[in-house]
Amino acid sequence: MPSQVAGLSTAEADGDDLVVVARRSPLRAMGMVVVVALAALLVYTLVTNPRFEWAVVARYFTAEAVFEGVLLTLQLTALAMIGGIVLGVILAVMRLSKSVLLSRCAWTYIWFFRGTPLMIQLIFWFNLSALFPGTGVNALITPYVAALLGLTLNEAAYLAEIVRGGLLGVDRGQTEAAQALGIGRGRILLGVVLPQAMRVIVPPTANQTVAMLKNTSLVSVLGVADLLHSAQIIYSRTFQTIPLLIVASLWYLVITTVLGVGQHYVEKYYGRGSDPLAGQEAA
Amino acid sequence: MNAEPMVRASGVRKSFGRTEVLKGVDLDVARGEVCCLLGPSGSGKSTLLRCVNHLEKVDAGRIWVDGELVGYRQSGRTLHELSEREIGRQRADIGMVFQRFNLFPHMTAVENVMYAQCTVRREPRAKARERAEELLARVGLAEKAGSYPATLSGGQQQRVAIARALAMQPKLMLFDEPTSALDPELVGEVLDTMRALAADGMTMIVVTHEIGFAREVADSVLFLDGGVIVERGAPKAVLVAPEHPRTRAFLEKVL
Ligand SMILES: Nc1ncnc2c1ncn2[C@@H]1O[C@H](COP(=O)(O)OP(=O)(O)O)[C@@H](O)[C@H]1O
Ligand SMILES: [Mg+2]
Repeated sequence: MPSQVAGLSTAEADGDDLVVVARRSPLRAMGMVVVVALAALLVYTLVTNPRFEWAVVARYFTAEAVFEGVLLTLQLTALAMIGGIVLGVILAVMRLSKSVLLSRCAWTYIWFFRGTPLMIQLIFWFNLSALFPGTGVNALITPYVAALLGLTLNEAAYLAEIVRGGLLGVDRGQTEAAQALGIGRGRILLGVVLPQAMRVIVPPTANQTVAMLKNTSLVSVLGVADLLHSAQIIYSRTFQTIPLLIVASLWYLVITTVLGVGQHYVEKYYGRGSDPLAGQEAA
Repeated sequence: MNAEPMVRASGVRKSFGRTEVLKGVDLDVARGEVCCLLGPSGSGKSTLLRCVNHLEKVDAGRIWVDGELVGYRQSGRTLHELSEREIGRQRADIGMVFQRFNLFPHMTAVENVMYAQCTVRREPRAKARERAEELLARVGLAEKAGSYPATLSGGQQQRVAIARALAMQPKLMLFDEPTSALDPELVGEVLDTMRALAADGMTMIVVTHEIGFAREVADSVLFLDGGVIVERGAPKAVLVAPEHPRTRAFLEKVL
């Protein structure tokens, strides 16, 4: 906007046609050179070293066994996260409840499942029938069930704390306003408090989902044919260890990338109303 | 006209920990009456208001709204606390407006006004929306229906909050310092809305420091201090010629 300030000539007041030059740091230029050199070296090795066996990677990337492993990994991740979120919300509400009994129960659960290694928990569920021999437990706890149970129960403990933090961050006035309207407690939680807490809950939960995706690889110890285990089965036969680990890694990267895109949209959805500009668009 | 008061409180006591905030408050508010509650900060005005819709439980005494005991069922000499659902039903008939608006930030203005109609009254969405738009028009915000609270001024937010309370067709409206969080130039629009509501015959208990509003709109003025009502009467009497020295001292400060 051309300035009309009295007492200044237009040339002095008008900054429109001035050119801004940012300071350049010589260190930054040097850093750039180093990074580019290292990257070139890496690419060179990847391309020229025949032991990476890229042809093998390409062949197995879409192999049926690998594909089934991908599906199983996705399924385990999705189910364990959904179960973990539901249980986590319940645990968080219990911890915040006025009832000492409920809050202590939730605290103990979280203490136990966060305090022991996931690997032990998985093997424990797998061997549950050893505790109850001769009952139906053995038939019930298949490797898949043990895997899902272990991942879900463990995840719930972490998510409970994330959800609790989110719920605590919502202004008490929100609950009071809803109570004053006669809205019931469950409705207040699900319709008023939780949606506002989601803004705080979603980013760490997305983090947890990525961690979960990779934690599912632990279930290979139970013999469940997830992505990693499928790759392992193949390379134990063909000894093409490195290429198959690359195949698995590439798939994990693809999935985390897609998850990242999904996170962006979920965050945008739960941020509605909190960003004045976003709100105006909606109006 | 029903002669029974809309609100009756008798011997209401309330403590937080060891401090007794309300030390035996009696109150009668007739149907259609506008009652302004004045008093220094910390005197228990909000607490009294919150007892009326059971956001706070009284320690002793009883409160009736429209002849119905709030929060309890009396059988003989014992009071049984009502279930969550029954208390919700009672609260739905009592509108409350807060100092800090407390609109639901993740819902647009019209969704704020619709929400309790849909969840508590189980109105179909179309009907709730129609009603909500009508109410927003009534508080002068028809064109802001689709706006999120964060995009509205304080005065506009408070008017949406009033519309939200009115959507439940309350018998009684409680206002807890509805203009205290507003910039001075926005106070007028909210007071105008409340004035119109009073003119429509709504029974209102208003905690406020707006002495002008009290003088002009109130049918009765109560002055609360130290947990008891030290003075009550017509606004002319209490505001112009207060009898109690503490009322006088308070009025000198706020005027
Ligand atoms: N939930 C609470 N817990 C503890 N003390 C409270 C609570 N609510 C109010 N009080 C105390 O009760 C007194 C009266 O509060 P309030 O009713 O908000 O006064 P007013 O609205 O007249 O300013 C104050 O001293 C306040 O600190
Ligand atoms: Mg107050």
